[in-house]
Amino acid sequence: MRDEVLTAAHTSVDAAAAWPGKAAGTGGSGAAWAAEAAGAAEAAARRTLRAQIALLESELAQAFVTAFEMRIDSLQGAADPARPRRGAPRLLDLGELEQIRDELAGRLTNARARITAATGEQAGKRELLARMQLEPGRYRFTRISCRELGEPGCGVWQVRPRLGLVGMLMGWWQVKLSSGCPLARGRGRRRVPPRS
Amino acid sequence: MSGSEASAGPRRGAVDPTVAAELPGLRLDWLTVTVRRGSAVAASGPDLTARLRMLSDRYRGATVIAMRTHPIPRAYRTFYRQIGLDPDVDRIPSEQAAIARLLQGGFASADLISDACLVAVVETGVPVWALDAAAVDPAPPGLGIGLAGTGAGADAGAGADAGAGARAGAGAGAGAGTGEGSLVIRDRHGVHAPLFGMPLAGEPGSSTTAVTLYSLGVAGVPQIHIDEALWLAAEQLGAAQGR
Repeated sequence: MRDEVLTAAHTSVDAAAAWPGKAAGTGGSGAAWAAEAAGAAEAAARRTLRAQIALLESELAQAFVTAFEMRIDSLQGAADPARPRRGAPRLLDLGELEQIRDELAGRLTNARARITAATGEQAGKRELLARMQLEPGRYRFTRISCRELGEPGCGVWQVRPRLGLVGMLMGWWQVKLSSGCPLARGRGRRRVPPRS
Repeated sequence: MSGSEASAGPRRGAVDPTVAAELPGLRLDWLTVTVRRGSAVAASGPDLTARLRMLSDRYRGATVIAMRTHPIPRAYRTFYRQIGLDPDVDRIPSEQAAIARLLQGGFASADLISDACLVAVVETGVPVWALDAAAVDPAPPGLGIGLAGTGAGADAGAGADAGAGARAGAGAGAGAGTGEGSLVIRDRHGVHAPLFGMPLAGEPGSSTTAVTLYSLGVAGVPQIHIDEALWLAAEQLGAAQGR
């Protein structure tokens, strides 16, 4: 992408230099015109880069939301408050804009790779859960959390014996879903009935 | 608007031609509201605090996560990147307000000016800042956007009456730098604040009798949202004067 922008800018400058009567070396006004054309080409390149940054930012935001919906813990590079501040707001030159564009492109690539990997892992877990439900005896004590399935909540699917030890001895296995998230403040004190 | 008066509608601020050429769509609108002396930094009334409570109920974690895909926050985030700020480090004002809401469990009321600006940014997504009108030169070109270290006037803070503490609502904390070449809010006498940053000086104080509210728009933010943000903030100030 970077090469395309630079090539476009250089092509414009070359075209300006090749213009009849305006080529560099044919006079002061020609050199000035070439410099002006180069400036215009660079401004156009900056506009292109800003448009690319806008597109990448938009796609990165979508990837961030997708990762949140899929319960992917941390999308590397999508929101890292530990990153250093970049300083005051200013007009960026071509190099700085390219740097930001490249950084965003890298982050987007990483984010998409993580989302793709997580999609595969979650699909595998769902398939395993389906097999657990079909043949619980083959997957004794296997646990799959809702988070691993990309679902909300703290529940865990687990193959457990029915009726405890009896079930273990008799081979009665079942898939159970735990009740969910623990209470933030514990279960609290047990109520003691007032003495009469 | 009883007890206070907004000067005839929002005025369009001047934008340095170099900046306008590089960043089309960047604009500043401002208006001046007269207030009772001391009321700008007084505690907000019950109506405004009730409104903040009501606005707090709009936010959930998922809402805040999805904010960056909405048109207005996305426009500001994109613009932040284009001017060298990282919106994941220096949050855009609406995200900053939303994250503060999640962390504090509600929108905390500070003072009238801050709350009025907060209501505006939460309702519209467009940030509003406030300056003491005495610190702003209303003569053309008035308040505008420029580059630090260029143009007439010194680049020291132009504040006449610096208020105490950080106020001015939806401050983005976008770096305090106003070094040469950085984008700033200025009038013909000097710099008032970095772009999307808290005012350097000239914040409303206890002796303020008129407040200049200003808002920044970027490409992708409709003008009607900017006007609404300014009117909302002015309305909150006006309603408070009628108490």
